[in-house]
Amino acid sequence: MNETTPAPTVPAPVSTRAPGKTAPPRPAADAGQTGRRRAAELLQRQGVLAVLLTVVIAASFIYPTFASLDNARGVTIQASFLAVVALGMTMVIITGGIDLSVGSVFALGGVLAAWASQYGFLAALLVPLTVCGAIGLLNGFLIARGNMAPFIVTLATLLGARGLLLTLTDEGATTHLVPKDSAFGELGQGSVWGFGYPILIALVLFGAGGIVLQRTSFGQTLFAVGGSSDAATLMGLPVVRTKILVYTLSGLLAGLAGALNAARLSSGVTIVGVGMELDAISAVVIGGTLLIGGAGSISGTLWGVLLLAVIQNLINQIGSLNSSYQSVVSGGFLIVVVVAQRYLARSRRTT
Amino acid sequence: MSKRFSGVVALDDVSFSLRAGETHALVGENGAGKSTLIKVLTGVYRPDAGELRLADEPVRFSRPSEAQQAGISTIYQEVNLVPLMSVARNIFLGREPRNRLGLIDFSRMHRETAALLGGFGVRADPRRPLHTLGIGTQQMVALARAVSVNAQVVIMDEPTSSLEPREVETLFRVIGDLRGRGIAVLYVSHRMDELYRICDRVTVLRDGRHIHTGDLAGLDRMQLVSMMLGRDLAEVRRAGVTNFAAEGHEAARTPVLTATGLTSRLQLHDISLSLYAGEVLGLGGLLGSGRSETAKALSGALPLDSGELTVDGTELKRLTPAAAIRAGISLLPEDRKAEGIVPGLSVRENIVLAALPRLSRGGVVSRARQDRIVEIFMKRLRIKASSPEQKVGELSGGNQQKVLLARWLCLEPKVLLLDEPTRGIDVGAKAEVQSLIDDLAREGLAVLLISSDIEELIEGADRIVVLRGGAVAGELAGDEVAEDRLLEVLADHAPAPEDNATAAQEDPR
Amino acid sequence: MTTTTVSPPTGPAKRGAPASPLARLRDPAWYQEYGVYVAVAVVLLFNALFTDHFMTADNFRTQLVQVAPIVIVALGMALVIGTEGVDLSVGSTMALAAAFLPLYLGYGLVPALVVSLLAGAVVGAVNGTLVSLIGLQPIVATLALFVGGRGLALVMADGQLKQIVNPDLLSLGTGSFLGIPLVVLIAAVLAVAVAFLVQRTTFGRQIVAVGGNRSAAALAGLPVRRVLIGVYVLCGVLAALAGVLATARLTASDPSSLGTLMELSAITAVVVGGTPLNGGSVRVLGTVAGALLMQLLRATLVKHDLPDSTAQIAQAAIIIAAVYVARERRSR
Repeated sequence: MNETTPAPTVPAPVSTRAPGKTAPPRPAADAGQTGRRRAAELLQRQGVLAVLLTVVIAASFIYPTFASLDNARGVTIQASFLAVVALGMTMVIITGGIDLSVGSVFALGGVLAAWASQYGFLAALLVPLTVCGAIGLLNGFLIARGNMAPFIVTLATLLGARGLLLTLTDEGATTHLVPKDSAFGELGQGSVWGFGYPILIALVLFGAGGIVLQRTSFGQTLFAVGGSSDAATLMGLPVVRTKILVYTLSGLLAGLAGALNAARLSSGVTIVGVGMELDAISAVVIGGTLLIGGAGSISGTLWGVLLLAVIQNLINQIGSLNSSYQSVVSGGFLIVVVVAQRYLARSRRTT
Repeated sequence: MSKRFSGVVALDDVSFSLRAGETHALVGENGAGKSTLIKVLTGVYRPDAGELRLADEPVRFSRPSEAQQAGISTIYQEVNLVPLMSVARNIFLGREPRNRLGLIDFSRMHRETAALLGGFGVRADPRRPLHTLGIGTQQMVALARAVSVNAQVVIMDEPTSSLEPREVETLFRVIGDLRGRGIAVLYVSHRMDELYRICDRVTVLRDGRHIHTGDLAGLDRMQLVSMMLGRDLAEVRRAGVTNFAAEGHEAARTPVLTATGLTSRLQLHDISLSLYAGEVLGLGGLLGSGRSETAKALSGALPLDSGELTVDGTELKRLTPAAAIRAGISLLPEDRKAEGIVPGLSVRENIVLAALPRLSRGGVVSRARQDRIVEIFMKRLRIKASSPEQKVGELSGGNQQKVLLARWLCLEPKVLLLDEPTRGIDVGAKAEVQSLIDDLAREGLAVLLISSDIEELIEGADRIVVLRGGAVAGELAGDEVAEDRLLEVLADHAPAPEDNATAAQEDPR
Repeated sequence: MTTTTVSPPTGPAKRGAPASPLARLRDPAWYQEYGVYVAVAVVLLFNALFTDHFMTADNFRTQLVQVAPIVIVALGMALVIGTEGVDLSVGSTMALAAAFLPLYLGYGLVPALVVSLLAGAVVGAVNGTLVSLIGLQPIVATLALFVGGRGLALVMADGQLKQIVNPDLLSLGTGSFLGIPLVVLIAAVLAVAVAFLVQRTTFGRQIVAVGGNRSAAALAGLPVRRVLIGVYVLCGVLAALAGVLATARLTASDPSSLGTLMELSAITAVVVGGTPLNGGSVRVLGTVAGALLMQLLRATLVKHDLPDSTAQIAQAAIIIAAVYVARERRSR
């Protein structure tokens, strides 16, 4: 799982599914077993991508409107905000933690950005990033230094961040607007070949995230902390610092996603982000990242996010189905994926 | 190179020095302070007093990374690596080679890993996740990591406990290499054969105290074992005897429990024993000989690859803890805290935990019946608690142990397996537990007693089965149940199968 | 070797005799034990002194009616948390129960009620199976039904709000007995029942033992898997019942919004009530008090024209404080 090359920064062509690695030398005796393990590994790593591609290809044949460029633009822009949030979540989950506060932080980031956009482009980005980063830092500090359970700490900051948001908006009565034709508004609404800037930003962030995760010591430490916190400590890795940093990062990314969303909507909508943390977790888990930590990939999360978005889009395409089928299907996927993961992990572990 | 410290609670004024290029054995029974010493050396704990000198420079480690930077690396008994990460990543974690862009250079990492492992005669793909390798290979990876950080000192805590004989040979060859490179190795093990094969000097710890340091070559095995077990000093220290009655017990003719061919991969090899009602059967052996595993297997808590268990003539088909308990087998586990007590529950509840279904009607627990049982056992075992409602976590170790004994006794078992029943409890409670064991056997219970305390074993048991390397090494009965005989069997190096045959060929020492 | 530790920074051994009241106030364990009751008392006292029309029967009735569903769900949650688990799916279970109600009300109240509760039991059984047999972490296992459960409810209800006209069901929501609303009575009876279950039954004690030390429980021959499944089923049934009652009070089945964020409220009540998240203890009365505290706090702030935002921030602070106190407790 950790052996993938850095996550591709663009939705990869089918050929990347076959890793071009030479088979390593190993005793012939356990070749059969190894083959099965390899298959399990491949399935765990690329299974979501395979499902995503299958769904996309099938849908393109059945619903001609699905395959249109316009629809692709719509799906990806919808997915881009969740993707940025899920990126931070992936890193947190790889360390064996969880961040429930991202939904609230996402909404808070949007409101702050919209409010600060009257002071210019930089303010509109820096204000939400600072505040949301601080919330993440608080999470990390309480979890790593205070030794408190991530679940409950981030649950509290979920409430706290939403409270802060309501304070800023006169209990949700005021909606701050992004000035028309501002540079900040352009960030959310502008596009290249019809693909909005948020999509590009998300892709760049995923590329950077993949490099950080796979090619830096920080990334390796994330895996080590999640894989075995005790071993990481005994190996002399900076466990506490890494944990604080990863929650800060998650806060920053959620805040950024919120700001981008506000730029796109031209206003700081207060009711967004409710339940987003669970969508993000679902996407991460569907993407093959283990919730117990220690294994996962950025690319998997990207496929997971896209899969959720495609499912939603398809259910909209099928006019006769109401949108609630989306969560039924997502929930079903989640069960199948986690149970499959469990068995794959078991079959890989037995030697 | 010398290291000194004193005054640590679990480690009382221990001093010893480690010379460059030597392999130094560190031995001692449970609770002797070896782990603590290692943790101080590696920066996990800080000593309360005393100093640590590395190459004549006083050093102070406040965290493991500092010790590693200073050149002390450690491989632990349980592989302390990250199972899901690849071999190469584990070896280079925290000090990955970078390329010009500041990113991790994987091709170099994989190359160096292959070279490093190749040097140990290990052929493993550096890209494979660690957990897909055998335990022995994992241990080699840990060793590779330890050596590759430019270590001056390598500490090995029971490195061979999970290795196959072939892997042990590889390990010894690597240790030989290290010696040649002037690296000091601190080698912790209970396997006498290994110590004598590869170690130059030995340090013995007991009860957190430094007992002996000296050349291993001139030291007789019997002497070493007796120093570890503290028999020489026993009279002085404990002023005499345990609380066991002098005479033995009248054992029944037919065994109440018969185990045949218990086997569990890497842990137990074909262990057979019988237990008679009314006797105390001692299970002897040094640490890691498979004593606890045998007890666990008998109580259904250790999955077996093969073997049969018969209680009162009926074979137990599906061996689970619940089934064993129904059949009348109760195990007092070795690790009181992790596997015994439920710390947040009261004394009363801990006592009746296993008996709950028998004490309730229609799923509703009868408080009166509980209280009656609890009262009987608190009185009989003299459990000191402010009330039956006090939380078990607040009691002393001795009283916790008595609570656990009560838990099993109130089930009226036929067979009682006691794994280190007196470890870590105070002298008074120890005496009480010992005389209780005596009484129970007299009342017709079959008792299996595991103890690292050799005196307790000799005086408590009517018969002793000695284990070595997860197999039965001998049995002492009647007059043979004596200290010198036991020490002989414990220290015996009469060739255990193949293990030593290969050893003799390759290393005549 | 496991028996040695080098002087960790823990305090001296547990004090034997009860210390003076002042010393007690410095003991975090005391706060975990009684803090929630003190807080409830303080809030009540504050309101008696500074809030008009707070200490009235009418106001109390309103507050209690509002808190009742939360209490019922929190009771189940407390059991689950007692086994070192968590159940995120309770809100969706409420919605699912609400969606089933109108479909079967035609056959009368009892069949509809049975079907709704059965739905809760099935959700619980799925959760429990995923946790105990498959060995999934409780968060993931219950996340799936959190996501899917509400969707299923919406699909069944066709995404629509359905008015409830069945008088029997409506009277369940609005009726009262001796001046006490039925909903409140049911919650109170359930609280007593769950307290009895935890304290006096084999099953209840096994829950606590499994949560307190799973390997010890297994070695003592306890049916660990069965206990875990049972706990999740119970939690599901309680959540379904809360869904039915909330529906009755709303006079409409509204699967799209019923029970949203309920999992958070329930977890908060349990944690604030002093039940440790790492299992091994279930504090039923504390859980009820925890739910009450959160309700009263919100009501107090509202009555003083303090906005909802302040209430949420206050809630966050109280959760952190409760967990912090529990953490202190654990390390000794």
